[in-house]
Amino acid sequence: MSKKAGQQSLLLDPAPFLSSAATVAGPMEGKGPLGGDFDLVYGDLRASQKSFEAAERKMLQEACSLALEKRSFNLADIDYFLSGDLLNQITVSGYSAAALGRPYFGLYGACSTLALVLSWGGILVAGGFACNVLAATSSHHCSAERQFRYPTEYGFRRPTQAQWTVTGAAAAVISAAGESPRITAVTIGKVIDMGEKDSFNLGAAMAPAAASTMILHFQDLQRNPRYYDLIVTGDLGQVGAKLLRQLLARSGYFLEQNYNDCGLMIYNPAVQQVGAGGSGCACPGVVVLGHLWRRMKSGELKKVLVISTGALHSTTTLAQGDTIPAVAHAVALEM
Amino acid sequence: MGSYLTAFLVGGLFCLIGQLLFDLTPFTPGHILSGFVVAGGILGGLGLYDKLIQFAGAGASLPIASFGNALAKGAMLEAARRGVIGVLTGMFELTSTGITAAIIFSFFMALLFDPKG
Repeated sequence: MSKKAGQQSLLLDPAPFLSSAATVAGPMEGKGPLGGDFDLVYGDLRASQKSFEAAERKMLQEACSLALEKRSFNLADIDYFLSGDLLNQITVSGYSAAALGRPYFGLYGACSTLALVLSWGGILVAGGFACNVLAATSSHHCSAERQFRYPTEYGFRRPTQAQWTVTGAAAAVISAAGESPRITAVTIGKVIDMGEKDSFNLGAAMAPAAASTMILHFQDLQRNPRYYDLIVTGDLGQVGAKLLRQLLARSGYFLEQNYNDCGLMIYNPAVQQVGAGGSGCACPGVVVLGHLWRRMKSGELKKVLVISTGALHSTTTLAQGDTIPAVAHAVALEM
Repeated sequence: MGSYLTAFLVGGLFCLIGQLLFDLTPFTPGHILSGFVVAGGILGGLGLYDKLIQFAGAGASLPIASFGNALAKGAMLEAARRGVIGVLTGMFELTSTGITAAIIFSFFMALLFDPKG
């Protein structure tokens, strides 16, 4: 039986299987150190579409098709489609849901969406409400820039602490029966607002939320960081990852070699000009479901904790001078 | 040769101020741009900007602050001739070339291109 553990965590039993996963990435991600782990890499940011938004939709739908194909799922096998992205009204997900024609949960968690869709997918399957759930997320550097910052034609010069939104999409099928890894536990985060106002420093805005969820996860499940072979945060980047280490150390948890941030893994900062690292829904999406998925399948990693973090502001709230609230959710994957 | 040097130094100083504002303050490029125009207008109103142009030539007339100076100067010239209403009618007297050029070129670019980014 699944049960609530501690304050914010859920132990899923029987633990649902992450039976298939697929990733699609853009040109810069393909040239990064993890490029070989993605199922499909586009050399063209527009993916032969008329707009960046249409390109992002194509990538999300392609990731979904690949995830289904890999384990020979039919669309009819999928009870629910869970998806979220960064664009207003999560249109990438909504349009893709229209194309897929399956019952749809649209979830907005900004860059925390990967953990959000995996958590909800896991809860639906473990609770007996579904046999197979398709969980997906996407982001695109240019569509995110246009929405959150400046038109891409403007050629805005970014400050060094800013992060680079990852172009790509990731999808997974969560099933009641299948092959490991399994989603064994999830921790749903509280929204935390420490008063950060700089939208070019989202790592700092999100680090306290990541720390809160991570500490609660360890306390609720009576685990410590050593329990996991690898702990990854979604997209804190250099600034946020450093802050997270400090915040955790204050609570007596020390992150060692087994901690990394997807935003620091996906690019090669010596060659690629990406500021403080990668960000966006696709950042943990393609790193976890592309790279870490393969490392788990090969037996190199047995227990992985994924904590994806999201900043919940909008351009309107920022223009009105409001602060940036942030949230983080954790998903434990075990072989 | 002296005028090249002063133009280079004063123009560079404008750029340095802009870069420092960008790096050290939360101002957006829009804020900084408007700030330069307003500052140029105030300096123009006080009669200081023209002295800077005499000293530095293109180093002072090319940066956007010069646009603020031209706005203020046009308004003041017309105000001297026609009274208070001249502030409104003269504002774009010296800057109309630049503004009209921007509108015309934007119009033709909009006909030629269909940006979606």
